[in-house]
Amino acid sequence: MKFKNREKEISDAHEARLESELGEVETFGGSLRRMCRENRLALVSAIIIGLFILAAVFAPLLTPYTYEEQDVLSRLAAPSWKHIFGTDEAGRDVFTRMLYGSRVSLMVGLVPTAVSMLFGAALGIIAGYVGGRTDSVIMRVADVMLAFPSMLLAMVIMYTLGEGIINIFIALALVNWASVARIVRAETLKLRETEYVESARVSGVRRGRVMLRHIFPNCIPDIIVLFTLNIPSAILSESSLSFLGIGIRPPQASWGLMVNVGRQYLYTQPWLSLIPGAAIMIIVLAFNFLGDGLRDVLDPHLKNQ
Amino acid sequence: MENEILRIRDLHTSFFTRNGEVKAVNGVSLDVPPASVVGIVGESGCGKSMTARSIMGLVKYPGRVAGGSIELCSRELVGLSDREMCRLRGDEMSMIFQEPMTSLNPVVPVGKQVEEAVLLHRKVSRAEARSEALRMFERVGIPEPEKRLRAYPHELSGGLRQRVMIAMAMVCRPKLLIADEPTTALDVTVQAQILKLMRELRDETGMSIILISHDLGVIAELCDFVYVMYAGRIVEQAEVCELFDNPMHPYTRGLLRSVSALERGGERLDTIPGVVPNLLRLPAGCAFSLRCGECKDDCAARLPELVSVGGTHLVRCHLAGGGSDGR
Amino acid sequence: MDGDALIETRGLTVEFPIAGGRAVHAVSGVDLDIRQGETLALVGESGCGKSTLGRALIGLLRPTAGEVLFKGERISGLSEKELRPFKGKTQLIFQDPYASLDPRMTVRDIIAEPLETCRVCKTREETTGRVLELMDAVGVPREFLSRYPHQFSGGQRQRIGIARAVATRPELIVCDEPVSALDVSVRNQILNLLKDMQGQFGLTYLFISHDLSVVRFLSDRTAVMFLGKLCELGPTREVYENPLHPYTRFLLEAVPRPDPRSRSRERPLLTGDLPSPVDPPSGCRFRTRCPYARDICAEKEPEMRFDGGHGAACHFPK
Repeated sequence: MKFKNREKEISDAHEARLESELGEVETFGGSLRRMCRENRLALVSAIIIGLFILAAVFAPLLTPYTYEEQDVLSRLAAPSWKHIFGTDEAGRDVFTRMLYGSRVSLMVGLVPTAVSMLFGAALGIIAGYVGGRTDSVIMRVADVMLAFPSMLLAMVIMYTLGEGIINIFIALALVNWASVARIVRAETLKLRETEYVESARVSGVRRGRVMLRHIFPNCIPDIIVLFTLNIPSAILSESSLSFLGIGIRPPQASWGLMVNVGRQYLYTQPWLSLIPGAAIMIIVLAFNFLGDGLRDVLDPHLKNQ
Repeated sequence: MENEILRIRDLHTSFFTRNGEVKAVNGVSLDVPPASVVGIVGESGCGKSMTARSIMGLVKYPGRVAGGSIELCSRELVGLSDREMCRLRGDEMSMIFQEPMTSLNPVVPVGKQVEEAVLLHRKVSRAEARSEALRMFERVGIPEPEKRLRAYPHELSGGLRQRVMIAMAMVCRPKLLIADEPTTALDVTVQAQILKLMRELRDETGMSIILISHDLGVIAELCDFVYVMYAGRIVEQAEVCELFDNPMHPYTRGLLRSVSALERGGERLDTIPGVVPNLLRLPAGCAFSLRCGECKDDCAARLPELVSVGGTHLVRCHLAGGGSDGR
Repeated sequence: MDGDALIETRGLTVEFPIAGGRAVHAVSGVDLDIRQGETLALVGESGCGKSTLGRALIGLLRPTAGEVLFKGERISGLSEKELRPFKGKTQLIFQDPYASLDPRMTVRDIIAEPLETCRVCKTREETTGRVLELMDAVGVPREFLSRYPHQFSGGQRQRIGIARAVATRPELIVCDEPVSALDVSVRNQILNLLKDMQGQFGLTYLFISHDLSVVRFLSDRTAVMFLGKLCELGPTREVYENPLHPYTRFLLEAVPRPDPRSRSRERPLLTGDLPSPVDPPSGCRFRTRCPYARDICAEKEPEMRFDGGHGAACHFPK
């Protein structure tokens, strides 16, 4: 069915493609590009993280040694051309252990955080959307988890599960989901009242589908930002756990472990602790700045809508 | 002409975005005589709110006043520092907005907010400021004013909040009050009360009002002189009766027809086809040409000037100007 | 228009409990019927309960008391599952074109959602075909199928919302202030479109608005609400030309007319503010604002008294 002046309306529609007012919403890619342009710190942080990831992936190519190879004659050697970062108390090349350790630290940063993100977001959305008793139960459990000091909780879980990298993943994921759930639930409560969710309900869309198709996609910017901001705490937690002797055990390498072991030699061979310590600091700061940068580009422009 | 309250000449306010310069206010000139109500009418994106904000110095980055002059009682406003503008705002000129909830501090009682407005501009004691606030509350018709002084914004209805806004705006007896869609968010019965109040205040104090609205009914209720804006420019200006009796610009005619169509009813309503244009992609000539039913060939290429069609009635249209068409 | 009643309410009451054992009496004992094929306008100011009533009619809100009948069948108080067969038969058009479309969905998905939920088409291609037909019907160019809401103007978004609402050929569409957020020039386009849709698809509308001038064009009958109660109901022309209830008269008078010469006319204006829906006045709820109120108005609640098709709930109509 046509109506008058339709051709004119079409051409006007073409013209009116962009909004005449300001506050035009940009795409996600556009947001990222804007961040790189405006926020130098975030850009540099992203590059540094990228370099660390590359180093971790290509570790075997970057060093002739393996992380357990012991050069007993040059134990505790100072940095030299043969061993760029020196050797540790068992004669293992520190640089090599840094590279392999970065795999552990980055994996621990990314995997449990990702798992706790998804798990926490799912629970948060369900709690927020379904409400009622489901909400109370989920939030009570979350409150209990948040009431424990996270380190203590991780230690308890590690003691129960035993050692090993998978168990560290589980421990860290369990510790972190609660705060994600809280935040996502708050967002869900807001989104639940929007008119497009109401429209879906009017059309008879089932609850699960509403959560998946409407609530979750609109939570994604928040989740991404939370993700980058939680990664540092996971890395630090692993470092602390290994430092305390509950996490990674030698001959495996992790930065936290190296800091721990290097403690004994702090006055004589300080690089053993300082180098992994510095690496932890750099990667944590990088993720923090990146997270801040992402939040700046993703949040306010969402509010502009 | 010299004792005008406000005199704007060739005002340009633009937003400098990544995509280009958005000319929100594109060469606007207007006069506000003393003790008169001047209306600016137009739809979203036409620049009427931006004009008001330019007068008050409230244009935020990435926008700024890019040219022209604004004279308040012969004093140039463009180029003044923020501190000097602060001294004028609330005192010589003030503004009320569409949504009072966002203009009032939610955690401060409303009486205190009005007191603050007094204390900012007058050297009086707090007790005197409070009695001024009370007097103003009475004058704007707030029932039980002493009690309401202590109320918080969320405890008041929309109509009362708007009255508080008016009280706050008027407490220092400004010469100019800018009202940006003051009744759009209010119920129609409350709107009628507020408009009546504004008329009474104008009669009492002799101040001038700039009334910005998209609602022609509101404009007709209150204004003495009307400017019609479209896409950042003034397209028609006239005394209010002249404008409603004898609209010359196709856009004004379209608006009036749209509004009266609702009363006439019938099979179909008259419309103005199309949508408000994107300010980044305006034609070189008349901005309305894309939607104009009477558009001729060169309307889109040549920008028409504002010409008089009789007395103070000016129109920016190739078809209406020149005196050969028109009346 | 003497069609059968498509939807009826009997004593419909919706209350929202708040702290302290009190409740917001949003809708109180409303008897209303909407006939097949007509447009019933529901007018009132903020807080009168019209939006709540509209949502209760289509099952978005549970009534606290009373019932809603759809073609004679009771649909109030049913569970989500039991309501499912009715979901394709009623739809809602929203006020805010900027909030009623999911910003992360394409136009195609937005309009297709009710189609897919009610399983109207068998294949994805069929659904897309239907979506394109709907876009043609409402005047949104086909090329914009994969675009996102933020790339459209307010009027176009409202058109998309209308396409979504008529997609499943519903029998009743509740239009909740569909043009209040639009510019005047766009407003008439959308009203024309709504009328066209009604003719083309045989729709029945409940048109909710606070703006009396907008309602007149589309509606066959008009109902006026105040603070949760129905004040007046009747054929639109009669209600406008011969209002029985004082509130209706005030509403009509208060609308600013685009005629500068009429502004000095003497108009009765309502004084005071809206009473609270938590604690409505006893008897007639309008009495605190009514200049004609007398003692009986505080004691006894007036009932709707009809004369022909036109009735008002007032002890002293006209």
